Amino acid sequence: MAGMTEMKITEEEAMPEARSADSAVEPARHRPMGATARKAVERVTELGEQTVGEVRCENPFIVTENVDVYYGDNHAIQNVTLEIGKSEVIALIGPSGCGKSTYLRCLNRMNDSIESARVTGKIALDGQDIYGSDLDPVALRARVGMVFQKPNPFPKSIYDNVAYGPRIHGLAADRAELDDIVHTSLDRAGLLKEVKDRMDEPGTGLSGGQQQRLCIARTIAVNPEVILMDEPCSALDPIATARIEDLIDELSQDYAIVIVTHSMQQAARVSKRVAYFHLGRLVEVDETDKIFTNPRHKLTEDYITGRIG
Amino acid sequence: MTANRKNSREIVEAGLARRRRKEATFRATGMLATAVGVIFLGVFFGTLVMQGASAFKQTFIKLDVEMSESVLAPDGDLDLAYADFDGLVRDALRRGFPAVSGRKERRELYRLVSVAAGYQLRDELTSDPSLLGSTITIWVPASSNVDMLVKGNIDPAIDESLRPISDAQAGWIESLQQADRLETRFNKALFTNGDSREPELAGIKGALMGSFYMLVVTVALAFPIGVAAAIYLEEFAPRSRWSDLIEVNINNLAAVPSIVFGLLGLAVFINWMALPRSAPLVGGLVLSLLTLPVIIIASRAAIQAVPPSIREAALSLGASKMQVVFHHVLPLALPGMLTGTIIGMSRALGESAPLLMIGMVAFIVDVPGGFTDPATALPVQVYLWADSPERAFAERTSAAIIVLLGFLLIMNLAAVIIRKRMERKW
Repeated sequence: MAGMTEMKITEEEAMPEARSADSAVEPARHRPMGATARKAVERVTELGEQTVGEVRCENPFIVTENVDVYYGDNHAIQNVTLEIGKSEVIALIGPSGCGKSTYLRCLNRMNDSIESARVTGKIALDGQDIYGSDLDPVALRARVGMVFQKPNPFPKSIYDNVAYGPRIHGLAADRAELDDIVHTSLDRAGLLKEVKDRMDEPGTGLSGGQQQRLCIARTIAVNPEVILMDEPCSALDPIATARIEDLIDELSQDYAIVIVTHSMQQAARVSKRVAYFHLGRLVEVDETDKIFTNPRHKLTEDYITGRIG
Repeated sequence: MTANRKNSREIVEAGLARRRRKEATFRATGMLATAVGVIFLGVFFGTLVMQGASAFKQTFIKLDVEMSESVLAPDGDLDLAYADFDGLVRDALRRGFPAVSGRKERRELYRLVSVAAGYQLRDELTSDPSLLGSTITIWVPASSNVDMLVKGNIDPAIDESLRPISDAQAGWIESLQQADRLETRFNKALFTNGDSREPELAGIKGALMGSFYMLVVTVALAFPIGVAAAIYLEEFAPRSRWSDLIEVNINNLAAVPSIVFGLLGLAVFINWMALPRSAPLVGGLVLSLLTLPVIIIASRAAIQAVPPSIREAALSLGASKMQVVFHHVLPLALPGMLTGTIIGMSRALGESAPLLMIGMVAFIVDVPGGFTDPATALPVQVYLWADSPERAFAERTSAAIIVLLGFLLIMNLAAVIIRKRMERKW
């Protein structure tokens, strides 16, 4: 543990030019890190400017640099830097109001609809600045799908629910192609068997778990590159939750998935990496195993052991 | 601890009786309030129906009329427009009561029958010219005073000088009844005629058509404008001091006395834009202004009631703002919008004050045939008839109110049905 931390410091010290923009906050970061290095068991306790752990990843697909979000005067997210890799599942955890949902909503610009919200910093999707003036949020959202906390199917038929995205984007040339997209999407969401004989029935008539899988089918029908999930299982029973988690596992082959969850077990089960948010700051990011077996930050440890949250 | 617990249990139990008493009192008050409301409503509808029901019937008298050429065309050629059909009616009455002599008595006799009798004979002859010279048996409307006596609205027991029917007339009516020459039938004229000075000829068709044309204008203007304004204010307008100001003013506008809108219509539409007065077009414009705030407020409430999760779902799939509004928000908000519109329309249908200002209170006999023809409206007709001295207009006033209420009931029922049918669960 200590060795790793030291290695990281040396690595960063070895290329100071790369971090020159952060030079003002550099000393603040070094102090706690140094302390950890000297006494291996002692953890970082301060809620400092810098994130503990490994914010970078191999083959990054979404890169967020120094992101701040304000709701009016409320500084909801402070200086979050995080990279999210292609076809990886990253779980965002943290107590209520810590900004994890806000961060998630920055990634498909859903915060745009909140008038007082203001986002600064850089968020790039596959190298393209998503807050750039040349990017239409409509095009972005076709690439970054989202599944919400409460299942929210449209009050339309099951078929129309899934077909809505492809229809508005004109993804299908004819009815046969649209049928194909709908069937494939429902199949991938593991719902086809249950609904194939009642495609014309309202989507709102399904059970909660089925509705959520319908929402996932609706999202993947647009063929996005990233799927954002905002506590997708919090309104579901354990059996439906298990099905969704299996589904996340399957989908992670093809999509980058960012999932916000309040369930530590769920984060442990589905994600490859975990990011812990606290009071608008990204406290710690690391491999899921490392976070849950040996968190480096005192706040992370308190949260996963149930002392806060 | 145990002592404490026991103590609090005693306190709760001691207070229970008081709580139950309070609840019983509240329930009784509520029931009383409801009962008072129901009683008032019952009295209102009861008197209305009692007074107005008889207006749907009219007394008719059977006459044997000789289509005498010597009366209709004394100098040889028949001019239907100027021929003396009233003379035929007078002849028929004289033949029916040969005993009546003297100028005064005869004039009293002639007054048994409505002036409509002459028009009816003219219409008969126009449709079948071969009737000239023959004798036909025809039912003609009795005059309104006869009608009132037959319906029991005039008490024959009071002093002759205090009632519009003389003893002699009452006697003739009795003999007509005995000869089966007098009966009450459905009053078709009430629904086919325009207004008239003669109660037995007065109908509500003119007012009904006036109201219809006005509502057409009102729906055509107020619904699209109101819905568009509501959508813009709810979905697109940035929240600012201006939008707050607009919101406050729309709410205030809904509470402005309707006569003020009438004055505005008079000043803007008639005086400045030189639109015709007494026209349903102007009435409709004024009523649109009146109902716009109601529709906007109802539509905004309907839009606000659409769950934000639906909007988010559509947005997250990449729908544009327009697509979110037209594919999802509008279909879900439409029942509420339509309900608000129909409620606004029923308010407009019952409105009379602003129409007085733009000249729709005039005495108009012709049934309007278009948006710029002079017209009145149903509530104004009620006002006009209520103002008339003839006893027969009293029951017609009630009848007009019943018809108006019938339309309001139909419209409100439509609102309920639309809401029930289009409402979707989510």
